[in-house]
Amino acid sequence: MTKVVTDVTCPFCGTLCDDLEITVSDDGKEIIDCQNACAIGSEKFLHVSKEGRVTRPRKRQPDGSYKEISYDEAIEYTAQMLAKAKKTLWYGWASTSCEAMAIGHKVAEKAGTIVDNCATVCHGSSLLAIQDVGVPSCTLGEIKNRADRIVFWGCNPAHAHPRHMSRYSIFPRGFFTTKGHKGRKIICVDCRYTDTAKCADEFIQIEQGYDYELLDAFRTVARGEPIPDVVGGVPKEKIISAVNTLKEGRFGVIFFGMGLTHTLGRNHNIDIAINLTRDLNDFTKFSIIAMRGHWNVTGSGQVLSWQYGFPYCVDLTRRTHARYNPGETSSVDLLRRKEVDACICIASDIGAHFPIEATRHMAQIPSVCIDPHINLTTEISDVHIPVALVGVEVEGCAYRMDNVPIACRKVIDPPEGMLTDEDLLERVYVRLCDIMGDA
Amino acid sequence: MTKKITVNLITCRTIQQGVAMETGKTSQKYYDAVSIIHMHEDDMKKAGIMANTNVRVTSKDGSIVVKAVRTREDLVPGLAHIPMGPWANAIVSAYTYSTGEPCFKGFDVEIEPAENEKVMGAVELVQTLCYGEERKPPARE
Ligand code: SF4
Repeated sequence: MTKVVTDVTCPFCGTLCDDLEITVSDDGKEIIDCQNACAIGSEKFLHVSKEGRVTRPRKRQPDGSYKEISYDEAIEYTAQMLAKAKKTLWYGWASTSCEAMAIGHKVAEKAGTIVDNCATVCHGSSLLAIQDVGVPSCTLGEIKNRADRIVFWGCNPAHAHPRHMSRYSIFPRGFFTTKGHKGRKIICVDCRYTDTAKCADEFIQIEQGYDYELLDAFRTVARGEPIPDVVGGVPKEKIISAVNTLKEGRFGVIFFGMGLTHTLGRNHNIDIAINLTRDLNDFTKFSIIAMRGHWNVTGSGQVLSWQYGFPYCVDLTRRTHARYNPGETSSVDLLRRKEVDACICIASDIGAHFPIEATRHMAQIPSVCIDPHINLTTEISDVHIPVALVGVEVEGCAYRMDNVPIACRKVIDPPEGMLTDEDLLERVYVRLCDIMGDA
Repeated sequence: MTKKITVNLITCRTIQQGVAMETGKTSQKYYDAVSIIHMHEDDMKKAGIMANTNVRVTSKDGSIVVKAVRTREDLVPGLAHIPMGPWANAIVSAYTYSTGEPCFKGFDVEIEPAENEKVMGAVELVQTLCYGEERKPPARE
């Protein structure tokens, strides 16, 4: 008889859907079916039981091939590398649990490394803006139950957060939103007519890279001042009508994505989007939420913040105190300027998602990649340490994009003898303390 | 003479890229979903590019061969899109203007037909760009 595990949380994107139903085989070793998840979420679960998964660490040989080694050898390599290096970059964290992060940071503190997460290449700019001007925000539950004005600016949940629209932002019926989609006005601002734009009541096609100007025009109109005839490729009338729609709502929210953080202007784009939100609060209730992409990247920011006071780019190399200076202590800059002499990539993929100039330096220095699967970073690292999949084979805590922590379930057992992130990092810590003594 | 056009390039997530990433970064699915460039039909015509043929895309930071496809999500002429991944990142600049964040969206690239050139596999591409054609890793003592 198969068994169904209910209320499972999906460990892929920042929406953290927690209503999945997973059917597992009799012996609890294999996933047979996955209900309620989107295409990406179900692939995540169904892929686990496929053949060809690496279950033991591998070390690169001089000819470029990889040879299986034991966990003990891999832990020894990692601890020795950390002890020897002057400045190690420890990047990633977004696909692991908050519990594992806390242990990892203990290791990082002991060794004196830089700790950085995926925000550095996605919503880092948003964090900078939030530190500058604050953020009027709310939870996704409030949006489902109250919001009647939804703005998607430079984000495409139809592709990046597939169930966001059906669970929270467009379609669901809530306490005060009993009419569902019919009771909401959806505005989408993008340089492409995306699949999200197709669901919107109003699509505003902006010229790529003119977000700051257009947001400025929105603010100006909200304050009743005149604007030019066309801003960022958008006619004045369209801007005025959009602002009026927003003002007339009872509860509105702006969701923004990498269309703002990845273009020129970066944190300034977010800064002005937050200020527009503030202005709209003179007329009605408005909130703003970053569409955090990678599963628990928000959690990494949370754990780093409560431990060190900063959400990413944390420099622990001084040992006496934490430093934070994006642009200097950020992964891409450190690699581009060749300022680090060792690298650990955990639960993320530098090889796939960093510009090649940064990746190239990572490929030259001693490196360890901790990831359940083979990815592009494992193939340019000295050692690859596979671990059990958090949210599928290990339980743990993760934060949703609106900073709500959610406990994630374990659905099946990891392959025989496979370590979890927590076990692995704890063992690295013990070995590192042995090597370094009280230093 | 081959024709060249200059367009503004953005790199973004697509659901196909998201699903394929979970199938595995070394899978055929990932290769098919990510080693492509979405182009507007007018731009394709201008550069003499047939849909589903290979093109060379060159920025000031690098050059890459990918397959040109017609876009589903309508682009405007002059704007092209490569899904996020190693092919896109071969031409994205690592310069961050002191923000920590590279400019993944909005930089000029030249596109030209390259029907006879090959689109490299993901691992092959990253290893070649990091270690050169022989893909030999650095020696360790
Ligand atoms: S929307 Fe995100 S969290 Fe929900 S099932 Fe899809 S990938 Fe998982």
